[in-house]
Amino acid sequence: MSFIRDTLIVFRRQERLSLRNPAWVIIALVQPILYLVLFGPLLTKLPVGDLGGSGTGGTAEAYRFFVPGLLIQLGLFGSTFVGFAIISDWRAGVIERFRVTPVSRLAIMAGRVLRDVITLVVQAVILVLVGVAFGLRAPVNAVLLGLGFIVMVAIGLASVSYATALLIKSEDAFAPMLNSVVLPLVLLSGIMLPMTLGPGWLQGIARISPFRYIIDAMRQGFTGHFGGTIMVEGVAVAVGLAAVCLWLGSRVFLRENA
Amino acid sequence: MPIIEAEGLARTFRTRKRTVEAVRGVNLTVEEGEIVGFLGPNGAGKTTTLRMLTTLLKPTAGHATVAGADLLRDPVGVRRRIGYVPQAIGQTMGGTDGMCLVIEELLDQGALYRIGKENAARRAAALTAQLDLGGLDRRLVKTLSGGQRRRLEIALGLVHEPPLVFLDEPTTGLDPQSRSNLWDHIRGLRTDLGTTVFLTTHYLEEADALCDRVFIIDNGVIVAEGTPDELKRQVSGDVVTLQVNGASDAARALLGSQPIVRDVTVSDGALRLTVFHGAEALPSLLRVLDGEGITLHAINLSRPTLDDVFLTLTGRSLRDDSPSAARPDSPELQPAGRGGGEE
Repeated sequence: MSFIRDTLIVFRRQERLSLRNPAWVIIALVQPILYLVLFGPLLTKLPVGDLGGSGTGGTAEAYRFFVPGLLIQLGLFGSTFVGFAIISDWRAGVIERFRVTPVSRLAIMAGRVLRDVITLVVQAVILVLVGVAFGLRAPVNAVLLGLGFIVMVAIGLASVSYATALLIKSEDAFAPMLNSVVLPLVLLSGIMLPMTLGPGWLQGIARISPFRYIIDAMRQGFTGHFGGTIMVEGVAVAVGLAAVCLWLGSRVFLRENA
Repeated sequence: MPIIEAEGLARTFRTRKRTVEAVRGVNLTVEEGEIVGFLGPNGAGKTTTLRMLTTLLKPTAGHATVAGADLLRDPVGVRRRIGYVPQAIGQTMGGTDGMCLVIEELLDQGALYRIGKENAARRAAALTAQLDLGGLDRRLVKTLSGGQRRRLEIALGLVHEPPLVFLDEPTTGLDPQSRSNLWDHIRGLRTDLGTTVFLTTHYLEEADALCDRVFIIDNGVIVAEGTPDELKRQVSGDVVTLQVNGASDAARALLGSQPIVRDVTVSDGALRLTVFHGAEALPSLLRVLDGEGITLHAINLSRPTLDDVFLTLTGRSLRDDSPSAARPDSPELQPAGRGGGEE
């Protein structure tokens, strides 16, 4: 399996480069942890039932609601911004250098995505542990399921981010594009507050965000329920998103001309 | 069997509004063990041709065999057998990551070519010695000097001992000393290892000093090929460059009507004549000008250079295309300083 071998070569190189500057892994965690510490407590005072869930209210319920949202937010920001790195790699001529070797051109993307997935899982575990310190109580299975969702989100978004960045080849154009795509997705996914608090039209629009389904399923898992339509929808959307994005990304990397 | 054989290689780029024919039908043959230069101004199609021959760009027409593999049917086979050193200036750089250690770049490259760990370590040691990179193994690439980094990039193209290596503008942006040092290394590739070297350059001196054979490319077609000496002989004659005080049009007409003068062009404000037997022609040229009362500011006689070949073939000077050509007061300024080594 030369593709797997090639992917691991690229992965090891990228991982080595990440570990040379591990500060970035931590810096990416600052934002969600700040939310957890400075925003999370506000949710503990909401009236019982507003956050959905089992309806017991209080700290544990607030964090069962909020931590899945923060995990998705971490995934959204962490994975969509990876494209910046490939623009500088392209500019350094590194992408071209790899493309002239017999290495699989898809592995140039896959190795990077693998690195991003592993980085994100490490960050997610830290975030969950901090959540537990603040009063999150959830089944271990639910946390593992949540990590599974994060992996799917990371695979999908990182692939699309690399592909888009490689097509655009300009940080100046990529940054505003990311903002205009990621911010509406964050707002429409019900990360901070449940979408059910919104008026009907807003809830309707929110249905277009795939992350909405993933968050709902993750939250349901955190309350200890692993069945039902919400879970099926969430898993299907997560897997579908990863598959479609991976396919889109691979088309760009496998092009004969770059 | 030639190591490169290309026929009718062409590449058209489509932008929203127009179609650009970057390369329009290039035929070329390169024999094993040659050092071949691709000479032309920026935008002539050098890099586009090179990118097609190295499988980075799919030709819109034509076909080629490179290092024994068919370019279109077996691109991976081509990649396995060639080395490629991208140009280190312009839109993209030479292919090294500043945050990698020198040794990591070499070993990674070995892994990409699947030459095995031990072999990669052996090659890394040999190449660092061969290209004067000894003792730099544990240095971050970004701390290397411009010349060291360029030599590392060339080392990366040679890790897998390819029989054919493509160097895109190998010395652009280097200071003169690093450049002539690199020339020695490139010559060494052929002498010591029998490697075929295909390089692009817009430095005439480089093509002249380094290449067994030169292809001159302009506007996407090869306009001439041959050894530097053959090409210069095509111009047949010596070049006299004159600067007259005023009345340059009159001087041009006058000199153009002399039977010993083959050709007159005006370049950078100077008259450039092609004459047979320049040394003997000078006195009579001076007499003719004197007779018409045109005074000379400066005169120079030289053997033809590749630039003269280029000028004769295309009606343009290679140097016209350098940024300094916009300033007629410094016609001798070469684009050597462009990019200034490290950026």
